[in-house]
Amino acid sequence: MAVDRTRLPAPGPAPAVRFPAVARHRLTSGVVLRAARHPGPPVVHWLLSWRAGTASDPADRPGLAALTADLFDEGTERRSGLELHDALDRLGARLGVRVGADATLVSLTTLERHAAAGLALLREIVTQPRFAADDFERVRDLRRSRVRQMRSVPAAVAERVCLETLYRGHPYGHLGIGTDAALSRMTVDDVRRFHRERYRLGAATLIAAGPFSGDAFADVAERVLGGRPDPEAGGPEPDALPAAPATPSARLLIVDRPGAVQSALRIGHVAAARRTPGYHALQVLNMVLGGQFVSRLNQSLREEKGYTYGVRTAFHFRRAPGPFVMQGSVQADATVESVREVLDEMRALGAERPVTPPELDLARSALTRGFARGFETAGQVARGVAELVQYDLPDDEHDRFVPAVAAVDAPTVTAAAARRLRADRAVVVVVGPADRIEAGLGALSLGDPQRVDGRASAP
Amino acid sequence: MLDWTRQTLDNGLDVIVHEDHRCPIAAVNLWYHVGSRHESPGRTGLAHLFEHLMFEGSLHHDRNYFTPLQQAGAAVNGSTSCDRTNYWEVVPANALDLALWLESDRMGWLLPALTAAKFENQRDVVLNERRQQYENRPYGLASMALMSALHPPDHPYHWTTIGEAADLRAATLDDAHAFFRTWYGPENASLTVAGDVETGAALAAARRHFEEIPAGPARSRPAGPPRAGAPEEERRLRLEDRVELPRLYLAWRSPALFAAGDAGMDLLAHVLAGGKTSRLYRALVRDRRLATDVSAAQNSRELDGWFCIAATAVPGRGLAELDEVIGAELAALAADGPEAGEMERGLAQVEAQFVYDLQTVGGFHGRSDQLNAYNVFAGDPGFLDRDLARYRAAGADEVRDLARRLAPSGRVALSIVPAGGVGLALAGSAPAGVS
Repeated sequence: MAVDRTRLPAPGPAPAVRFPAVARHRLTSGVVLRAARHPGPPVVHWLLSWRAGTASDPADRPGLAALTADLFDEGTERRSGLELHDALDRLGARLGVRVGADATLVSLTTLERHAAAGLALLREIVTQPRFAADDFERVRDLRRSRVRQMRSVPAAVAERVCLETLYRGHPYGHLGIGTDAALSRMTVDDVRRFHRERYRLGAATLIAAGPFSGDAFADVAERVLGGRPDPEAGGPEPDALPAAPATPSARLLIVDRPGAVQSALRIGHVAAARRTPGYHALQVLNMVLGGQFVSRLNQSLREEKGYTYGVRTAFHFRRAPGPFVMQGSVQADATVESVREVLDEMRALGAERPVTPPELDLARSALTRGFARGFETAGQVARGVAELVQYDLPDDEHDRFVPAVAAVDAPTVTAAAARRLRADRAVVVVVGPADRIEAGLGALSLGDPQRVDGRASAP
Repeated sequence: MLDWTRQTLDNGLDVIVHEDHRCPIAAVNLWYHVGSRHESPGRTGLAHLFEHLMFEGSLHHDRNYFTPLQQAGAAVNGSTSCDRTNYWEVVPANALDLALWLESDRMGWLLPALTAAKFENQRDVVLNERRQQYENRPYGLASMALMSALHPPDHPYHWTTIGEAADLRAATLDDAHAFFRTWYGPENASLTVAGDVETGAALAAARRHFEEIPAGPARSRPAGPPRAGAPEEERRLRLEDRVELPRLYLAWRSPALFAAGDAGMDLLAHVLAGGKTSRLYRALVRDRRLATDVSAAQNSRELDGWFCIAATAVPGRGLAELDEVIGAELAALAADGPEAGEMERGLAQVEAQFVYDLQTVGGFHGRSDQLNAYNVFAGDPGFLDRDLARYRAAGADEVRDLARRLAPSGRVALSIVPAGGVGLALAGSAPAGVS
């Protein structure tokens, strides 16, 4: 029987998708374990989570958290870095370290049969790091080299200038890698202190996902991480974060890249925290504006006008209000028009061009129907649990996602856009050929363009 | 781990199904056995351009392909290599028919909807992709320089998949139509469906959607081994770029995918630069602090491969020092071969990589992609065991012998240096002449 090509096939009824049940155990050492049984390939994903990230960097030491975490794999008290990596490689284990603004995640993925050995190595890595002086210097110098290399990457320069402008003087106002000046001043004692204060095992949550039951995970965890209770288990509480500056110090910043064929753009403002009441409305709003391929900005700038390989928007939800940012690179001669269009769409979505019914349907469907594939692997499940821990979200947060998104209606999206998309105080950062774009950008009612030296940054 | 069923339709399309009911999703993955090597000089970049054009509408859905897929909650992507193009979606299991409908419609009915306007628009997008990923990116032109130096101008691997900007601008709609008619037929394709599906129903659905597409015209394939051998003398090239630190690339022609020596070269790459216990990491980054990073890779391709070592110098160092250290490490391996521990670690890394990649049914290197790769390149979706076996069979002596091939003669040495930093390049390097 031939296929009916007069219309697209309609999908069948959507299956109900539930996030795996998460069992909680408190080990004798006070460490809290959250474990999810995830049937699948024989792979176990362990994750240690701390509520300390780059926002915990001392004000004069931006980059310290990331440097400290980068030294975890350079050796322990028992093993040199080479011996440690040899042990990891023999297990076929993968060590991962991710330092975000508000949290640090250290993960270890192993084959199921090495689950206990992997966790033991993970414990050794985070509780007894060697932090040798020569390793410190080498890694610190490597990171200084990376900072230097990032000066040649237009997107990285745009990202840094955007953050520094939106969050001047605020713990969110720097890239995780820090600055060359700060890195050059750091000492191994800084690292040891940061580790002592922020990365103690007692302050961590252990997360596990894989083909074990919660009890089986607890048995392994207790064997490896149990023991004498840590008197400081569970604390310290993360520092309260100050409010971000209400208005940025400048609206339009240009980093000259003479002769560049494209301009890298960052346009955004301080927006919302993860626990904001309008979280699901903002997710839907973002999909409409620029959160997926078929969205207003990408359709226009890429598909209709051919100005770019792609543009995206995102709300970066954090413990404190994180930024809303549009990002992308456009061909240099389309810079001014693209910036104008982005600001105009940000404004119009809450005014004379509200979300249309097809746009709303597409945004909600993409989010709800796409939900299941986001939790296919043990690693994805573990990171889903980590999100609950990081933001103090209820256990059923992931199960609430689909119905909450489905309930977002057009008036809600329009109101959210009007109130929370702030084109009138957005910062525009352009890394491109200034001689071709400065005059046009200056005519956009953003004030005089400020030239920023791409090589320098706040000390 | 990787059970599968295969049927071949009358029009030549291979259909493979793999069941995995743990997550209510289905992965649809389609390989066309066409890549940049099927292009001609003067008209490079077409295969990759088609990766874009395939999303712009077909006769029965002459609208953007992303919209219905996003509506269905799909993840969507594709890629083009020298040898093949893949397109894939991961959809909720109840949307399998939608994915099959769209894939079959663009296979069978793309050309009636392929207009000059779409062609020109996507060409502009690709020219911007070229700017963003290659021209305006540090070291972005390295692959152009290496490929053109490793292969003579009429060799199908001489150009990169993105193509030359001049060729893209010169290409016509007729060129695009002719290319599609030649290469994008069911007889030149392999379809895998993996996930929460029943084999019988999935095979029937694939048959229903694809069987009415006629096989493409008979054509002569570029056949056999490469037209010309590897360079016989060392070539030293340099490129000034907007980079902060100089980087050295050393490249050789190497065994083809699945050919003798391919797995051994892969293990050699692990021994050389696979992590912090590797020879070059220890020598260059850790002990001598000459480099910020180092990498090594066996890049396997159908006709032949290429092996590359790359290292970035720390501030203040030139590339001659890196070259010297790399040469010393290669000489040591060529003389004594790797130690048993190094071989064990390399093998453990390879085996773990297999397991971790196969955690997902969809996506790049997921199960459906891997089944298609084995089917297209080895003629057998079940090649996984033999693939692993060839790694287990590669011993230290073989790796030692392969290291002996990495001599200065026959290699291309590319120095990418900051503007005005020609003195940091290897001595005697000629300008690379790419843009």
